[in-house]
Amino acid sequence: MTEEIIIAGFGGQGVLSMGKILAYSGIMQDQEVSWMPSYGPEMRGGTANVTVIVSDERISSPTLSFFDTAVILNQQSMDKFEETVKPGGVLLYDPNGISKHPTRTDITIYKIEGARLAAEMGNTKIFNMVVLGAYLKVKPIVKLENVIKGLKKSLPERYHKLIPLNEDAITMGMKNVVKI
Amino acid sequence: MAELSVQEIIKPENLVYQKTKLMTDKALSYCPGCGHGTAHRITMEVIEELGKENDTIGIAPVGCSVLAYEFMNVDMQEASHGRAPAVATAIKRLWPNKVVFSYQGDGDLAAIGTAETIHACNRGENIVMIFINNGIYGMTGGQMAPTTMIGMKTSTSPFGRDVALHGHPLKITELVAQLPGTRFVTRHSVHTPAAARKTKRAIKKAFEAQIAGVQGTAFIEIVSNCNSGWKMTPIDSNNWMAENMFPFYPIGDIKVDGKLIEK
Amino acid sequence: MGELKLMKGNEALAEAAIRAGADGYFGYPITPQSEVIEYLMAEKPWERTGMVVLQAESEVASINMLYGGGGTGKKVMTSSSSPGISLMQEGISYLAGAEIPCVVVNVVRGGPGLGDIQPSQSDYFQSVKGGGHGDYRLPTLAPSSVQEMSDFVPVAFDLAFKYRTPVLIVSDGLIGQMMEKVELFDPIPRWTDEEIVEMHPWATNGKPKGGERRIMTSLYLDPHVLEEHNYKLQRKYAEITKNEVRYELLDAEDADYLFVAYGSSSRIAQKSVKLAREKGIKVGLLRIISLWPFASEIINEFTEKGIKGFLSVEMSAGQMVEDIKLAVNGRTKVEHFGRLGGVIHSPEEVLEALEQKLIGG
Repeated sequence: MTEEIIIAGFGGQGVLSMGKILAYSGIMQDQEVSWMPSYGPEMRGGTANVTVIVSDERISSPTLSFFDTAVILNQQSMDKFEETVKPGGVLLYDPNGISKHPTRTDITIYKIEGARLAAEMGNTKIFNMVVLGAYLKVKPIVKLENVIKGLKKSLPERYHKLIPLNEDAITMGMKNVVKI
Repeated sequence: MAELSVQEIIKPENLVYQKTKLMTDKALSYCPGCGHGTAHRITMEVIEELGKENDTIGIAPVGCSVLAYEFMNVDMQEASHGRAPAVATAIKRLWPNKVVFSYQGDGDLAAIGTAETIHACNRGENIVMIFINNGIYGMTGGQMAPTTMIGMKTSTSPFGRDVALHGHPLKITELVAQLPGTRFVTRHSVHTPAAARKTKRAIKKAFEAQIAGVQGTAFIEIVSNCNSGWKMTPIDSNNWMAENMFPFYPIGDIKVDGKLIEK
Repeated sequence: MGELKLMKGNEALAEAAIRAGADGYFGYPITPQSEVIEYLMAEKPWERTGMVVLQAESEVASINMLYGGGGTGKKVMTSSSSPGISLMQEGISYLAGAEIPCVVVNVVRGGPGLGDIQPSQSDYFQSVKGGGHGDYRLPTLAPSSVQEMSDFVPVAFDLAFKYRTPVLIVSDGLIGQMMEKVELFDPIPRWTDEEIVEMHPWATNGKPKGGERRIMTSLYLDPHVLEEHNYKLQRKYAEITKNEVRYELLDAEDADYLFVAYGSSSRIAQKSVKLAREKGIKVGLLRIISLWPFASEIINEFTEKGIKGFLSVEMSAGQMVEDIKLAVNGRTKVEHFGRLGGVIHSPEEVLEALEQKLIGG
């Protein structure tokens, strides 16, 4: 199994940390992982993206042109990355703030109202965990228990009290992801 | 009193002066009359008197004293041009119980190495920095130094240092005295036995503080002559120095125990 | 098994320095490697192992701090990125001349000049052809993963002290900035001062009682003496060339063609191998690990065996390709492909280059 993912959105949406938690979850179940962020001028205009690869084998290129899954969280990223999903692949997006919705027919498209659900749960910071939940429902590449282990490993001790909230957010995402 | 024969004179009990064993027997490469030799000797005498022969690491510069390590009989490192304070910084931080000093000329310390000088002093590295200021680049044949006096002729200021063309002579010692990291900043000379004795006392004081672990950089400028570069006899050069350089580079303590001396 | 962590390459390198028993790190911030000193300052290794960490006033100061520290027999290291490494070249030449062990890490970015901060491999010439003045060589290791960013640090220190030479680790912004799983090696204790005095009698850490003083210098004013010194260095480089070539072969046994690549390019080329094999093209990868000494012998062997061609894949205008050509010496085709200025080539582009330049060409 190899899953090649791009997660793209605005800085501050938790794009990089979502990728990091996913990568840590992979480590928790003995998989190989890589996490390659955009950095420097690429991030001007507030966009951020990260390529995450989770695999049973040694990972080759940590940067890629095409992905099994694109998780898209703003319009600029939609413009840039819709085309990079491999035929038969998955595009997961949050329609909040999206004016031009994806149009490809050779891929499977899912929607998650991540921003709205996070707001309803009373904490916009868990937005990325809602999206992660939606992703894991579609692509259960890592077990939820390993995500929790990954969270424990990647979060400083003082934030561990927030893990149940993150777990709820993941569950919320899993329940509410919609296939288009 | 009967005159002593040579054989009598060289008897150990008749010795009135002995070269420190921390100077090697190699003949100095300095021009006769140059102050470097005296500055080397008093530095090494201090190390010997403090019993630190086996615990001292010295850093030689690029310039006339590039070969200081040939003469100073302690462990020595030859730094690249201007970087002795950086070299000394690392050694002292990695071997805090050792005694570390740098020995640099004006071009090395106050031109190419200004950044290293200022930052080592500003961090308050616990090292002794010995700075020989003779207002000229001696080794490369007498070019203008950052400390060359206004009007002074050198091979790159053949009509005399002109402020509009060359800028001002740099009083780096006054400059580093302003930095909170320096503990002891003083200016001396070695052109007379009395001056050399005073300088030696200052050097000793600086090393004693380092050995005692008193934090802060000790910075000792020695205003010196360059009779070859200045194209004078040794005596004339020392007289010229006292007359022309001491008014601009006044002899005496500038900062003691971390406090600037009120003038 | 050592501790497993998800770390950036730069962080893994910093942690490895602590675990390798380094005595001192001296550095100056520059993107894309500032995480190294940031990690060290946050980690406070002076409390963990007694390691000294200092932010120097410049790369010039950092490299000269390595001269000072390394010259006393301590394990010292610095890291920087291309423009900073250029500034260090004078110091590196002095370190090579005075035979002072130390580790210098270059997390390469696009050049020339200020360039950009994206990953590049355009410092190959600078690394292995003598970036500074004089006849010297530097053992140069090129990690291609976060794991190797960690693993190569103790290897580099071993080489540095075995041969009394500065050792380069040449990484790039991609390896430095990406996170991967890394298994951290168990800490190696720092040498005690007594051990250093015992192990490195050449080091200037205080004249031995009753012994001769030691001198660290690269100055030999008599040309005949300097010539002798140079011959001694050359004998050492010959020894390193004999003993320290490092490379890895992937899918090379049945290959008609070989990609030759190092660092992040080798990761990309590995993907290209997979894409090529899916299309039925028999290509393998020769991953160069030691940029110097170079794997000329294995290239010669493949040439002798009748390989149809080598494609050097580098994020540069073609630098390592010159060493491949020297090893091949006209006997088979050697081509280069690479994007410039910090643009990372895609696995597809690499495959296309193979098809156009070697298979079709």
